[in-house]
Amino acid sequence: MKGQALAISLVIASGVATFIMSRSTHDSLERTQAAFYQETRFAELFATLKRAPESLRQRIQSLPGVDVVETGTLADVKVDIEGFADPVRGILVSLPENPEDGLNRLYLRAGRFVDPRRDDELIVSEAFAEAHTLRPGDGLYVVINGRRKHLRIVGVALSPEYIYQIAPGDIFPDYKRYGIFWMARRALSTAYDMEGAFNNLSLTLSAQAQEAEVIERIDDLLESYGGLGAYSRENQLSHRYLSEEFRQLERMAMIFPIIFLGVSAFLLNMVVSRMVGTQREQIAILKAFGYSTTDVGLHYIKLVIVIVIIGVGIGLICGVWLGRGLGGLYMEFYRFPFLAFELRPGTIVTAALVSIAAALLGTIFSVRRAAGIAPAEAMRPEAPAIYRETFFEKMGLKRVLSQPSRMIARHIERRPMKSFLSIIGIAMACAIMMVGSFQEDAIDYMVDIQFGRAQREDLAVTFVEPTSRRALYDLENTPGVQYGEPFRVVPVKLRFGHRHYRTGIQGIESGGDLQRLLNKDLNVIALPASGIVLTEYLGKRLGVQPGDTLTVEVLTGSRPHREIQVAAFVSQYLGVSGYMELSALNRLMREGNAISGAYLAVDKAYRTQTFAALKEMPRVAGTTIRESAIKSFYETMGETLLIFTFINTILASTIAFGVVYNSARIMLSERSRELASLRVLGLTRGEISYIMLGELGVLTLAAIPLGFLIGWRFCKVISDNLQTDLYRVPLILESSTFGFAATVVLISTFVSGLIVRQHLDHLDLVAVLKTKE
Amino acid sequence: MQQEIVFQARGLTKVYSMGEVKVHALKGIDLDLYAGELVVLLGASGSGKSTLLNILGGLDTATAGHVNYHGRDLTVANDRELTDYRRHHIGFVFQFYNLIPSLTARENVGVVTEIARDPMKPEEALAIVGLGERLDHFPAQLSGGEQQRVAIARAIAKRPAVLLCDEPTGALDLATGIIVLEALERVNRELGTATVLITHNAEIADMADRVIYLRDGLITEIRKNEEKRAAGSLKW
Repeated sequence: MKGQALAISLVIASGVATFIMSRSTHDSLERTQAAFYQETRFAELFATLKRAPESLRQRIQSLPGVDVVETGTLADVKVDIEGFADPVRGILVSLPENPEDGLNRLYLRAGRFVDPRRDDELIVSEAFAEAHTLRPGDGLYVVINGRRKHLRIVGVALSPEYIYQIAPGDIFPDYKRYGIFWMARRALSTAYDMEGAFNNLSLTLSAQAQEAEVIERIDDLLESYGGLGAYSRENQLSHRYLSEEFRQLERMAMIFPIIFLGVSAFLLNMVVSRMVGTQREQIAILKAFGYSTTDVGLHYIKLVIVIVIIGVGIGLICGVWLGRGLGGLYMEFYRFPFLAFELRPGTIVTAALVSIAAALLGTIFSVRRAAGIAPAEAMRPEAPAIYRETFFEKMGLKRVLSQPSRMIARHIERRPMKSFLSIIGIAMACAIMMVGSFQEDAIDYMVDIQFGRAQREDLAVTFVEPTSRRALYDLENTPGVQYGEPFRVVPVKLRFGHRHYRTGIQGIESGGDLQRLLNKDLNVIALPASGIVLTEYLGKRLGVQPGDTLTVEVLTGSRPHREIQVAAFVSQYLGVSGYMELSALNRLMREGNAISGAYLAVDKAYRTQTFAALKEMPRVAGTTIRESAIKSFYETMGETLLIFTFINTILASTIAFGVVYNSARIMLSERSRELASLRVLGLTRGEISYIMLGELGVLTLAAIPLGFLIGWRFCKVISDNLQTDLYRVPLILESSTFGFAATVVLISTFVSGLIVRQHLDHLDLVAVLKTKE
Repeated sequence: MQQEIVFQARGLTKVYSMGEVKVHALKGIDLDLYAGELVVLLGASGSGKSTLLNILGGLDTATAGHVNYHGRDLTVANDRELTDYRRHHIGFVFQFYNLIPSLTARENVGVVTEIARDPMKPEEALAIVGLGERLDHFPAQLSGGEQQRVAIARAIAKRPAVLLCDEPTGALDLATGIIVLEALERVNRELGTATVLITHNAEIADMADRVIYLRDGLITEIRKNEEKRAAGSLKW
């Protein structure tokens, strides 16, 4: 009973721990984010533009609904770090005279703020500093407006604007090759000819402000200054990615615990009701002493509640511990300076109530059934249970079955509901194992598709601004470059009815080998000569179908609005984009043969020379290396998903073991008399173990395929809920996932079998003959 | 004529520890049992008769003394040897039948015949106890007496040298009890199986060749019945 109670407690503990871990991690991160935003006064509206005079600030300030306005200068830069050959790029952001005031304040992690009068001091983002082990006092080279300048690092900082630090056009952060840097505004303005002007705007809104209205007014004001369109916090890159990740985490924090707590509640109910069922005689004795059914019920309820409370207690402690640990990991990953751990009382209460309710239901039901029998009858030997030949035996299989095998088959068939519940229990354990490991398969698959079949270039080079197609030849003549394919990216807002989405249209050449589009079946499709091709996910978000006409609001240049037909959807697991034939896109822009960059196939042997040459090209703004993109993809996904699922896998294993072990123990208590009788008749330990463990084995083997089915369903629910702008997790289940789940269940069965076998070896043969059932 | 000795017990002692109290269930018993005889062990509850039967049947081990079965010392046998001994040499009949509810009468006997060296057919064994017509009935479909007769058929199907019966009629009414005793009587007579029958019902002693009286772990008397009564004529 001790072992069984502990196993039940562990099942509850695992369910509760998952629930508490997931909820508290999510709640803590959201609270941390809010606290960090508040402390650093993160702005609510943002806009970038080409150049506007500082005097415009007054006009923006006076717009209705605008609270605090802050202007500044932003510049894309290339960076050179000694001893690091790969191209590095970043954003140089101006710091106001008093950086401890105003919006989007920096949170200093080391060193100090820059001296507003100096032009050679720099603050670097913490992620970048850590990736290159840079400290205050170190130096680096930044290409500022074409001139390579040595700057000294004086501080390391975090910013609410760049919590998620990602290069435009990239899908995942790469801290080694993309950084955020801050410099005194005066120095930066001088370097970029921005004195008395700004190209970056952030502001907060007053309480009654109508966000959309303010955006519209700002866009009007900035239009003649090359404004790229104001956007709210929800479209701010870092915030948007962070929200996407949090939303995904929230979904995981909903689905995982629901599955886990649900499964553990189901199993708890099953185990408790069967455990009470085996106590028939004790219940009868208690009733014979004059205890009422209620008294007896209360006795068992107390027993069960003690077990549940122990389970909930262990789960709570583990859940908080895991939640803190996971929260800490996320904190480091997102680079929050602190973690505001939050465990809502509601979370604990829910976990405890669900567990207690499940246990109580199971208890009350079985106690009522057991207590319903008159005491004398319960103490009399129970009438032999009614058995009949099984379906398979009637089909003629009887001859091949030995008596012990018939016992197994008939026992399973006699109480189909009970056997079915055992099977379901073990199947559930198998299913949650799959939930734990399926995402790993999906991630491998996503990488394989995205980088193996679609994005096959070694390097993606982006120019400072759209350039003539001739620039491609320069690139192709760079040492190590085998060949290149041009592309053009145009930032747009796609609109269909009332729905819209900010993204980029990528123009690529049809028939290219480096950048290819895949259809639903993941076959390469040819890019149509006209029309736009959308990521299927984007198509759904906009509510369009191939054949519909979209409005494209171009966000650069003269910001034209054009109509374009959706030609097709493409499958893409990462990112959200629209694609057009390069010349069609240029026609849409009414521009000549412009390209904004190129995808390159490069000979690895010349890597260093290639990078050195690219760094020297003033036209090249940045370079993305495919290999590091894959690496950062794994790192990102690894941190956010895999740790979470790894912990879940361990908890799932605990549940799996708890269930199988309990099923085995219950079977043992139900059949020990019969097995002891057989021992008396001369059957060996091995022979009775076969009967006992054979049944467990048959149930386990029947449960595994069912578990696969339920697991597939669970994974589908998760996959359906992991459809975000960042990535769509496909429902991919490798045979290894099935194998792993089945193996854990089989090992649980085997170990439970060994433990039960120990008990079988010590059956009291004499006692069993003297007692009735 | 010198009768063949099946069991020979000398100085057989069994002490149970019940917490701090030591219970002397057997206090040094000397006993010989002969092939083919029907012996009734008679005594009140706690007299030690079941303990003696369990040690003879290889279900329990003695604290001191020796039991020889056909020259084999059971008191030094290990678990595997005792299992083998029960499997091939001993037939058991219990008060509560201990049938396997999921198997039919025929299959309950089959459990034993499948593993025995020279068994009779289950049908044959069931015919001997008068259940030739109820082969495919499950225990739940049989009366108590019928269940006990299946248990007897199961015990004799392996052609054991000894049949050990612990209160075989204890859970049955008179009429049914008589039918069961008749079955045991017939097995003893026709197969020559040495039969030891435990009971606290003195009446049953009349059908035995010998009656062994136990009290407080000691044999108080061994009586030989000059004239055995047929089981069918017993009444209690």
